[in-house]
Amino acid sequence: MKKTYLFLFAVLLLISCNEDNKKDPQFYPITFKFTQNWDGTDFTATNFGQYDYTNLHGETLSITKLRYLISKIILTRTNGETVEIPGYHLVDVSDASTLIFNPDVMVLEGDFNKISFVYGFNEEDNQDGAYQDLNAANWNWPSQLGGGYHFMQLEGKYLDASGAPQPFAYHNGTAKVSEGVFEQNYVSFNFNTDYSINQTGEIEIKMNIAEWFKNPNTWDLNTFNVTLMPNYQAQKMMQENASTVFSIGEITAFNEE
Amino acid sequence: MKKIVVFCFVALSVFSCSKSGEENTNEAYIPTTVNLEIPTIFQQFLPAPIIPANNPLTQEGIDLGRKLFFDPILSGDGTLSCAGCHIQNNSFTDPRQFSVGIDGSVGTRNSMPIFNVAWNINQKFFWDGRAHSLEDQALDPVENPIEMNNTWDNAVSSLQATSHYPELFKKAFGTSTITKNLVVKAIAQFERTLISGNAPFDRYLMGDTNAVSQSVINGFNVFMDPDKGDCFHCHGSDANPLWTDNIFHNNGLDETFTDKGLGNVTGDPLDFGKFKSPSLRNLAYTAPYMHDGRFETLDEVINHYSEGLVYSETIDPLMKFVAQGGSHLTPEEKTDLKAFLLSLSEDGFTTNPNFQNPN
Repeated sequence: MKKTYLFLFAVLLLISCNEDNKKDPQFYPITFKFTQNWDGTDFTATNFGQYDYTNLHGETLSITKLRYLISKIILTRTNGETVEIPGYHLVDVSDASTLIFNPDVMVLEGDFNKISFVYGFNEEDNQDGAYQDLNAANWNWPSQLGGGYHFMQLEGKYLDASGAPQPFAYHNGTAKVSEGVFEQNYVSFNFNTDYSINQTGEIEIKMNIAEWFKNPNTWDLNTFNVTLMPNYQAQKMMQENASTVFSIGEITAFNEE
Repeated sequence: MKKIVVFCFVALSVFSCSKSGEENTNEAYIPTTVNLEIPTIFQQFLPAPIIPANNPLTQEGIDLGRKLFFDPILSGDGTLSCAGCHIQNNSFTDPRQFSVGIDGSVGTRNSMPIFNVAWNINQKFFWDGRAHSLEDQALDPVENPIEMNNTWDNAVSSLQATSHYPELFKKAFGTSTITKNLVVKAIAQFERTLISGNAPFDRYLMGDTNAVSQSVINGFNVFMDPDKGDCFHCHGSDANPLWTDNIFHNNGLDETFTDKGLGNVTGDPLDFGKFKSPSLRNLAYTAPYMHDGRFETLDEVINHYSEGLVYSETIDPLMKFVAQGGSHLTPEEKTDLKAFLLSLSEDGFTTNPNFQNPN
């Protein structure tokens, strides 16, 4: 009797192995890694408070806070199909755990040639008070200024002409045109890059902080420093400068067998 | 293959069920699970409260925690309870600038109010964030020499020697052997029930347009205006009913620090002079204000932000008008802002019979 059971078990194991060998299409988790740099030099929490940075306009500055929101990440297959990553992600550079985003999704293996995402929230998603975790994180953008949520909080101090430290709060969100009239201010990014998902891997999304201050608008911190949230001109300049801030960095492991 | 897997799963499930069934029959006592009554506005805007998996809320645990909170048995000479410095009438803070320990020692910080602690998202407690859970927080005062000045061994022995506490711990935790960890678990359970979310401004936000005056609404606009109060960056908003960011800031109180706050804990000079943003709820009961209770009135607080800011190296960039001393609100704006702040106070919280001394 025992032999019969052993035989059956062995047969089942073989069947099982054969099934595995067929290599049915597999699903894999995906990780996004957020890194920051200043014109190529890594920026992490250890760099907070250091007057090591000079913007294009010439102001020396230190950064004491950097938080930003990324949403609507979409991976596009070579056949044109898309995989939308659910949710959004708030990066807080002071909290290392937020530099990694493990969305609640498994991606079917295959070849891809594009990554896109929204910096901030698009108009449809940027709803007042809609996200409980972001409310608790105090990430809201005042309804008096159009509501929804901040897209970024970049704060610190710069040295004025006399060398005295002055505060700046480069906060970005919906732009207020006039009383009760608002303009969406998010930026959609599309990056063409070839990659294959055939095992667990990681996609790096890079932010070059220096770009917030230089392209296309050379940012003068002596003019635009604080109370930028209700400042329409400042908000639109931020949106324009955002266009060169993000890039795709390393895509690891996916392409390895 | 699938069938085999299903069979194994069913077999394991049956085995698993049998095992847990046996455990249940051996269990002498199962405390009564409690679900917190969460205010409507919290349900709408906030994540679920943080309840540690190893300390679920039970009626017996809450009752025990409440009894312990009000019992001076935890202190070195049996004279000072948690409630001695966290007084319900004052929204569980102390109306004295500094609380007084059992030996007459005086602290250097104002006692923190206790409410909505289950929504302390960052899980950093005390003005300087040195405790990383509510249970961890409750460990501190018993042995703090300027507070209860006891040892945990002695406190636990005192509880164990009573005629009633061993039985109450048995009901709450299934054991009559008292430990300091069970004591703080019980206290934390009680503290998590101290929820305040039904102030006039909450009712206004939930649709009762008569709940507040026009002055309050004007004051809210001052609060939210980046060019005026700009209070919302640290103190919540209509979509963050905690009315705090639970983060640490240097809000321009001093040029030099006698108390480094968060910096004492992290050792990082960038954290010197930073203290946790307190919630703005129940300000009508929580004077004096600031970590060191330096301001006796809300008027003084508002004047500080309006004209009294002073520069120091770690001052928060959000104290943006520090060069001018502040945002220089008009008298009318100050009056409205104060009216708004007071509209976040909930009368029923300080008189709630469920939070009173049961002993």
